[in-house]
Amino acid sequence: MSGPSDYQPTNPALKWIERRLPIMGLVHSSFVAYPTPRNLNYWWTFGAILSMMLGVQILTGVILAMHYTPNADLAFKSVEAIVRDVNYGWLLRNTHAAGASMFFLAVYIHMFRGLYYGSYKEPREILWILGVIIYLLMMATGFMGYVLPWGQMSFWGATVITNLFSAIPFVGDSIVTLLWGGYSVGNPTLNRFFSLHYLLPFVIAGVVVLHVWALHVAGQNNPAGVEPKTEKDTVPFTPYATIKDMFGVSCFMIFFAWFIFYMPNYLGDADNYIPANPGVTPMHIVPEWYYLPFYAILRSIPNKLAGVTAMFSAIIVLAFLPWLDTARTRSTRYRPLAKQFFWIFVAVCVLLGYLGAQPPEGIYVIAGRVLTVCYFSYFLIVLPLLSRIETPRLLPNSIADDVLAKSAGKTMLSTMIALAVAGTLFAGSAREARAAEELTPPSQQWSFSGPFGTFDRGSLQRGLKIYKEVCSACHSLNYVAFRNLADPGGPGYSEAQVASFAAGYKIKDGPNDEGEMFERPGRPADYFPPPFPNEQAARAVNGGALPPDLSLIAKARSYERGFPWFIVDFFTQFQEQGPNYVSAILQGFEDNPPAGVTIPAGSFYNKYFPGHAIKMPKPLSDGQVTFDDGSPATLAQYAHDVSTFLMWTAEPHMEERKRIGMQAFVFLILLTVLVYFTKKRVWSNAH
Amino acid sequence: MGGLVTAWPLVSQMNPDASTVAAGAPIEVDLKPIAEGQDIKVFWRGKPIYIMNRTKKQIEEARAVPVSELRDPQTDQSRVKEGHDNWLVVIGICTHLGCIPIAHDGNYDGFFCPCHGSQYDSSGRIRQGPAPLNLPVPPYQFVSDSKIQIG
Repeated sequence: MSGPSDYQPTNPALKWIERRLPIMGLVHSSFVAYPTPRNLNYWWTFGAILSMMLGVQILTGVILAMHYTPNADLAFKSVEAIVRDVNYGWLLRNTHAAGASMFFLAVYIHMFRGLYYGSYKEPREILWILGVIIYLLMMATGFMGYVLPWGQMSFWGATVITNLFSAIPFVGDSIVTLLWGGYSVGNPTLNRFFSLHYLLPFVIAGVVVLHVWALHVAGQNNPAGVEPKTEKDTVPFTPYATIKDMFGVSCFMIFFAWFIFYMPNYLGDADNYIPANPGVTPMHIVPEWYYLPFYAILRSIPNKLAGVTAMFSAIIVLAFLPWLDTARTRSTRYRPLAKQFFWIFVAVCVLLGYLGAQPPEGIYVIAGRVLTVCYFSYFLIVLPLLSRIETPRLLPNSIADDVLAKSAGKTMLSTMIALAVAGTLFAGSAREARAAEELTPPSQQWSFSGPFGTFDRGSLQRGLKIYKEVCSACHSLNYVAFRNLADPGGPGYSEAQVASFAAGYKIKDGPNDEGEMFERPGRPADYFPPPFPNEQAARAVNGGALPPDLSLIAKARSYERGFPWFIVDFFTQFQEQGPNYVSAILQGFEDNPPAGVTIPAGSFYNKYFPGHAIKMPKPLSDGQVTFDDGSPATLAQYAHDVSTFLMWTAEPHMEERKRIGMQAFVFLILLTVLVYFTKKRVWSNAH
Repeated sequence: MGGLVTAWPLVSQMNPDASTVAAGAPIEVDLKPIAEGQDIKVFWRGKPIYIMNRTKKQIEEARAVPVSELRDPQTDQSRVKEGHDNWLVVIGICTHLGCIPIAHDGNYDGFFCPCHGSQYDSSGRIRQGPAPLNLPVPPYQFVSDSKIQIG
């Protein structure tokens, strides 16, 4: 993309093609001979990382679309089917879900780099604006993708975000109806979001081509912010930039893999494992972490229209950056005042993100307003003013001088890792949103925790027995089939055992030739039959309360770990809130509520249940179920076993995930080491 | 001109389709089972509608507030049907960002939205929090003393 190439293939067949379509010359001039500044640091590898992430998201997304059903009644189920039944479906889904977060993390780093080194200044204004457009498209794509699993957070997130448009005067409500295709978020909304979620990534890819084109016309900026003058200032893209990018990408992959294989739900919301319900609003609707700063700006303004305007302005203002910052020095490295303000701005963004996850009350609202003012002041007051009052430091004469002046930023890598970790922690803070005054369930020892954790087969089998004898009277287990009991990584029954277990159940089938429904013995392919035919029947028998399906309960329930635990959890891979909660509920019943607490008639006191009044009577007591293997018939043992069993029903492929994760890590670490030494070798004569 | 005419079907298809519109026809609700101080939630056009049988205290509270002090000034009388002053029928969608408020909650004996903390009084009027407007009253009329038609 940098003018006519002098590249000439020697192979006659390639020559024949090249004369008709000079595509190899284009690739050669853009990605091989293309001169890149010698002094680029690792922050510049995020362009390559982002290209890779776009590729990963499109690839996994197209595959997931082959298995996904965009229908309000089937979407949630089809996602569960992907995770449970499709070969490596859990891997694809985890990759795609964590990939969205990684994509945004990388784009934020990429944007802050552009901000710090003045990459938006003349002659790169169009390049920067194209970047802002890509960012906007990413936000739309990410939002619509989050709606597709059709869980509670999907549904209510979609409701809140589409309602933003109702703030537009006069036509707002019509626009919202147009977006919904109905009178509320529903099946038509899901369908069109799926269509657009499939389309937009390709639009992004198109704009990325323009972005790269613009980049190759203007040339890359660099940490010194002075344009290359002589050949000594640049190195050819291949092998220098290619190998450096490869090292950056493989480091990023290690970070990415940590989420895919070990923390797949760390960035998600437990509520999204509850199927969408238009009649129940979750207590705190929190968007994904990457939208939180803008959500905080939205909420800090008491007027609805003004709030929505401020939120969109916060993004649009970026497009005007090239004209707001009039300083002639590009790199903040040589701008002592701008440097301080830049880091203050970064802190403001992170704090806004933190506030976005907090409930909109008291001090949080005031802090949100102050920070919103700071955010806009940076662009509208600080940057225009700085160029007038600041005396920049002396720029190096050339890039070569800059490289010779210091032996390259070796500290960059450690800062990069530190920042990546900081980003995750910030993401984790999103989970603080549902901070509850409630008693936290105590952490227990689980056989399946940690990177090498496996399910205790005995515990799974005992848990199944308890479910069958006690829980199944009221609770369904809709996503689990009898055949799963023989799956590797499960309770470890043989095919024959499963067949006889299934035969013990009566399954409704039909209609037969006479048009009648009939009952037959269960087969391994059947699913656990629900105790009630429908929701109304279940409510009628249970005092108006609906006993939740237990298949996903260990992932659909969580509690706040609070600061600093959510940071520690990232490193220790603590993810057992669900089993801890289930176990605590089973043991948390007390006959007499503490003084001052009144429990409505028909409810029972449970110290771990949010609100303490639970409709379920104490389900398990000592001695209720007897075990053949000599395990104690105590409530503590029951609670432990049934929680283990429910963790398995929530994630039947957990053992496979951790096993493949270990293999992936060994491979990625070896790859990174190899690429690092190759990179050192390639660059040895350039530094 | 031709371009606009061509574009119209492409945009118009996004609006609610014929079956959705048909499903949005008026519904009748029997009020007999709702005792004083209770409420029910019915769905009409996919929207939750609260039908509340208000107590004397709730009605008095709603009527005691000076209208000029309200963010979205409306009298309680204008929000209920004359002669059926105890029945409050409102669309249970927070006018802020569309969550469903919880009935019989909040500081005003009315509705409380758990999402962003908006509070509505026993007439469904906004009293506190970020929501700009009162809970809307859907079109409805009394078919008989104990039955209403919504829509």
